[in-house]
Amino acid sequence: MRELIKMVVVLTVLSAFSGGLLASLRDSTKDRIEYQQLKFVKGPAILKILEGATNNPIVDRFKIQDGDVERSFFVGKFDGKTDEVAFESSGKGFGGDIGLMVGVDPNTDKIVGVAVTTHSETPGVGSRAKSDPDFVAQFSGKPMIETFKVKADGGQVDALSGATVTSRGVSGGLTDAGLIYKRLKPKLVEKLKDFSKKAVKTKQGEKNG
Amino acid sequence: MAKSITQEFVKGLWEEIPPFRLVLGLCPTLAVTKTIQDGIGMGVATTFVLVCSNVLVSALRNIIPSKVRIAAFIIIIATFVTVVELLMQAFTYPLFLSLGIFIPLIVVNCIVLGRAEAFASKNAIGHSLADGFGIGVGFTLALGALGAVREVFGSGTFWGAPIFGPSFEPFSFMIEAPGAFVCLGLMLCIMNLMGKK
Repeated sequence: MRELIKMVVVLTVLSAFSGGLLASLRDSTKDRIEYQQLKFVKGPAILKILEGATNNPIVDRFKIQDGDVERSFFVGKFDGKTDEVAFESSGKGFGGDIGLMVGVDPNTDKIVGVAVTTHSETPGVGSRAKSDPDFVAQFSGKPMIETFKVKADGGQVDALSGATVTSRGVSGGLTDAGLIYKRLKPKLVEKLKDFSKKAVKTKQGEKNG
Repeated sequence: MAKSITQEFVKGLWEEIPPFRLVLGLCPTLAVTKTIQDGIGMGVATTFVLVCSNVLVSALRNIIPSKVRIAAFIIIIATFVTVVELLMQAFTYPLFLSLGIFIPLIVVNCIVLGRAEAFASKNAIGHSLADGFGIGVGFTLALGALGAVREVFGSGTFWGAPIFGPSFEPFSFMIEAPGAFVCLGLMLCIMNLMGKK
């Protein structure tokens, strides 16, 4: 009996200590990790999609609550107006989730650019979804709210040869992105209006100051 | 335990160098040694976990009941692995990206649990620290060496810098998993030949 109590106590204390340590470490590194992810993973993808934006889309971002999750939207301004928005989605690939960054023009509801951010696809095969610019370029200009499917499944997407599963994952991720966009568009437009107002205000503020 | 602390450390460098002598921890050895940076990064992360878990297991060796010792060791190891993962994400993000899933997989690396069970749970803190550090450094050296060979032949670079002219055609077999097996086998063979003398 004593041994039993000892076992329970030792394991409980160890787990509690471990949990506490990890929670505090996670808290203290959270902001840094988010910044690192933006800088190394999403940053290049966002800048590529919103190429030519006059602002810094990584700084000009806001979050919208979507059910249980919070989604980040990155705003690219062209000629001073808020023109394009990039946000994240993901699809199921061959080796796990494929993270996607999708750029959309809210005025026309058309895709302006797609980039793969994170993936664990086979190097040299599925990984071309990220490295081959032709593959993601085919989505630009397509309507945002659409069901994307690879040609082998009767769709419109040219799959990467030898990487059908990856191509399916990207197509699925984009279809999901369309659903997210459809769901959040009212909120998104609202936020964007606020955003341009705020931006104008700060500009005026700068002038006045 | 007649061995001194220094001896415990040195044995990890040759006598019991993990992937060659103990032939343990082959999963990360094969998977992450595409380049020398990845190999050394993985080695350093594993060393940190080894040293910390060895010290803690050794410090608690008289408190942990033997019936639940494996569970307790895994809690300790998993905690330190998560610490490494978070720190790596926060400070060396590109390395974290290239090592990916193999960082959390250090939890199930046989070397770490093996040292906790076979050494740290029976020895004093000083010796356990030296043992963990020695094995860790040995592991790092081995991964670095394997990574260097594979990087030089597989991509024609060393520490990311090209070393051959533009006419060099990379021997891409070395970058793939079978190349890692062949390379590891040859290195094991060389080490055994040298050990025979």
